[in-house]
Amino acid sequence: MAGRDDARKLGLADYEYDEIVKTLGREPNYLELGMYSVMWSEHCSYKNSKPVLKRFPTSGPRVLQGPGENAGIVDIGDNLAVVMKVESHNHPSAVEPYQGAATGVGGIIRDIFTMGARPVALLDSLRFGSLDDPRVKYLFSGVVSGIADYGNCMGIPTVGGEVYFDDSYRDNPLVNAMCVGIIQHDRIVKGRAAGVGNSVMLVGSTTGRDGMHGASFASEELSEDSVAKRPSVQVGDPFMEKLLLEACLELLQNKWVVGIQDLGAAGLTSSSCETAARAGSGIELDVALVPRREENMTPYEVMISESQERMLVIVEKGHEQDVKKIFEKWDLNAVKIGTVTDDGMLRVLENGTVVAEVPARSLADGAPSVKRESRKPDYMETLDVDLSSIKIPADLNDVLIKLLSSPNIASKAWVYQQYDHTVRTDTVVPPGSDAAVLRIKGTKKGIALTTDCNGYYCYLDPYEGGKQAVAEAARNLVVAGARPLAITDCLNFGNPEKPGVYYQFEKCVDGMAEAARYLNTPVISGNVSFYNETRENAIYPTPVVGMVGLLEDVEKRCTMAFKKEGDVVVLLGENTDELGGSVYLREVMGVKGGRPPRLNLDVEKRVQDCCLKAIELGLVHSAHDVSEGGLAVALAESCIAGNTGFSGEIETELRHDAVLFGEGQSRIIMSLPEENLSLIQKIAGESNVNISVLGFVKQGNFKIEVKHKGVNIGKIDIPVEEIAGIWGNAIRWKVEN
Amino acid sequence: MIINARINVRFKSGVLDPQGTAIKGALKHLGFDGVEDVRVGKLIEIKLDAASKEDAEGQIKDMCEKLLANPVIEDYSFELS
Repeated sequence: MAGRDDARKLGLADYEYDEIVKTLGREPNYLELGMYSVMWSEHCSYKNSKPVLKRFPTSGPRVLQGPGENAGIVDIGDNLAVVMKVESHNHPSAVEPYQGAATGVGGIIRDIFTMGARPVALLDSLRFGSLDDPRVKYLFSGVVSGIADYGNCMGIPTVGGEVYFDDSYRDNPLVNAMCVGIIQHDRIVKGRAAGVGNSVMLVGSTTGRDGMHGASFASEELSEDSVAKRPSVQVGDPFMEKLLLEACLELLQNKWVVGIQDLGAAGLTSSSCETAARAGSGIELDVALVPRREENMTPYEVMISESQERMLVIVEKGHEQDVKKIFEKWDLNAVKIGTVTDDGMLRVLENGTVVAEVPARSLADGAPSVKRESRKPDYMETLDVDLSSIKIPADLNDVLIKLLSSPNIASKAWVYQQYDHTVRTDTVVPPGSDAAVLRIKGTKKGIALTTDCNGYYCYLDPYEGGKQAVAEAARNLVVAGARPLAITDCLNFGNPEKPGVYYQFEKCVDGMAEAARYLNTPVISGNVSFYNETRENAIYPTPVVGMVGLLEDVEKRCTMAFKKEGDVVVLLGENTDELGGSVYLREVMGVKGGRPPRLNLDVEKRVQDCCLKAIELGLVHSAHDVSEGGLAVALAESCIAGNTGFSGEIETELRHDAVLFGEGQSRIIMSLPEENLSLIQKIAGESNVNISVLGFVKQGNFKIEVKHKGVNIGKIDIPVEEIAGIWGNAIRWKVEN
Repeated sequence: MIINARINVRFKSGVLDPQGTAIKGALKHLGFDGVEDVRVGKLIEIKLDAASKEDAEGQIKDMCEKLLANPVIEDYSFELS
């Protein structure tokens, strides 16, 4: 029997141990306690976050599957649906970047094909410390090649994502992988172990001692000891997973497959108790039947191992040989390890002798919820910045160059060029624009994909930052010509036991929920990652928003590149005098703090609707959202992407650095033939959206003059080749030097 | 003095070795039915000018920790001559 001391060593609190004893009516044995410790870790149980996550809108007319399954599903018409999920692999990547990132990608791909869908795209949202630090370079290069190798071997294109660099992520990088699949409505499979007497089979790779206690590891702060916890890192085998993918999709064509679930964190323990709990059934399995690659493994090790590339399959009794036949064809194991029962228990045997017996539901869903204390952190009281004391630099060319060479703004080509983004031949807008666009073969449709979050905004104001992350993701889809449909989120925060961190978490969720409701983009799946901190330094709150949008006609897609000389360039939305939280203020002027730009959801929605209408009517040649670096950077990016120049003039009453480099929200720049201008102005007028002409696409330099009452108060004038070189190579230079 | 070091780097026991697994599969397909397990490592030979054997040992150990092996998932051993 195992007591409280053992429980503490496994990371369980005393009240949790008492709850286990109460549920079982006796003391647990060590195996049972081990199973509880992984299932009741934050990573598996969401015990710290569940009540707050209920605040998200999760349903809508298009939602076919909300949170609670392996992945969310949203309808895109024509009997087709998009399956998607994002998940973190932060802690493993901090210890072993290559394998940590690779197995993160492997895990999220399994979540998608477990639902019966074919994975069609990957995205990655990454955060690192400053690239001047040699260890950060090591982590960054390792993570990027881990992602690239796994995705490329699987033949799934990595089409987008984002990368940010900030000291708060130095020792605790964030690696969030998102996978998107396509499925026919009638092919959706769920992770359920239903039907008494049905067979429980383990398929795929063999079981070893790798990744023991990965789930608990992910639920602790990283420390010097983390290096000693090395066995928690698993090695991925993408070729094995490719076989598993094809075998599973072939298997799932059959009506006699009852349920399927991937073995991720907490391995066999989580997959068996979760499938049983969802179906209200029980499972009896014998660990002696599990194919292993190491000798003398104990039941404890078999139940908790996180060996990769394995699946639990529940099939109707009598079809075991059919399963074996399919998996043998792909050179994979398929072994019956147990049966579905009706007593609600997860019963673990070893050669027929019971070694553990616990209620499946208690293991899967029974972790006592924790109501954490939430308190506004002190730092938030001292964020105000007196803008009047900040002198506007005279040389604005220099400011633009500094912004374009910031790794947070510069081209991420060094990253995405390592990814195969064209395999499967459906990627019609590759990485580098606001959102990636994929066509759906056999239809006229396309889907647009993006991930977004500005962690610095969330740090300065968690509520506004959360709102902004959702609004920006939607805006990025809209400028590609897509209608936003649904969200999958990865909520990365520090230690939730600290009231300040919990406050950030709650407020971010509130902001996201409000924006998601307003923009009709329900949250259909996601993941929470707490304890992202080291040496008492927490990361910026980073609630990453992955979003999918639908293009009814993929040929109407739009990109950010200026296309044609003589086109008129307009701004939808209004310039503001906000500078707080901007890259300009922080990285160019060296001033930390300020309030991040405010977001008015009503204005945001009208701007997005107006832009989408203009694109759908085929009136515009390009559209690009204004985000980090402000209007000047957005215009420069459109020039660089289109290899054109620009000449414009802005008349304003505001500070001209705020107009050029401020990050005021709900702004989109579009280029269009001059003859369409009056029509766009009419549409904008009808939608009550502010529209102004900024200038023209021209050959030659990138040129903007800012005027106040007709008098020139600031000017940028610089050859496009020069800014293109700086923007294009900044990250490469940092990594390679 | 010139020292020859032979360094063996291999996955820690328990860490999945995809290359070894693939070779095992290929050997079985070729009819070598008795193959129980295959693990693949690498052999690195270094010729080093060092002050003494102890000095060489220290340097090689350092090289292994910093570059030649990935201590997170790999073990190493070496012999000097």
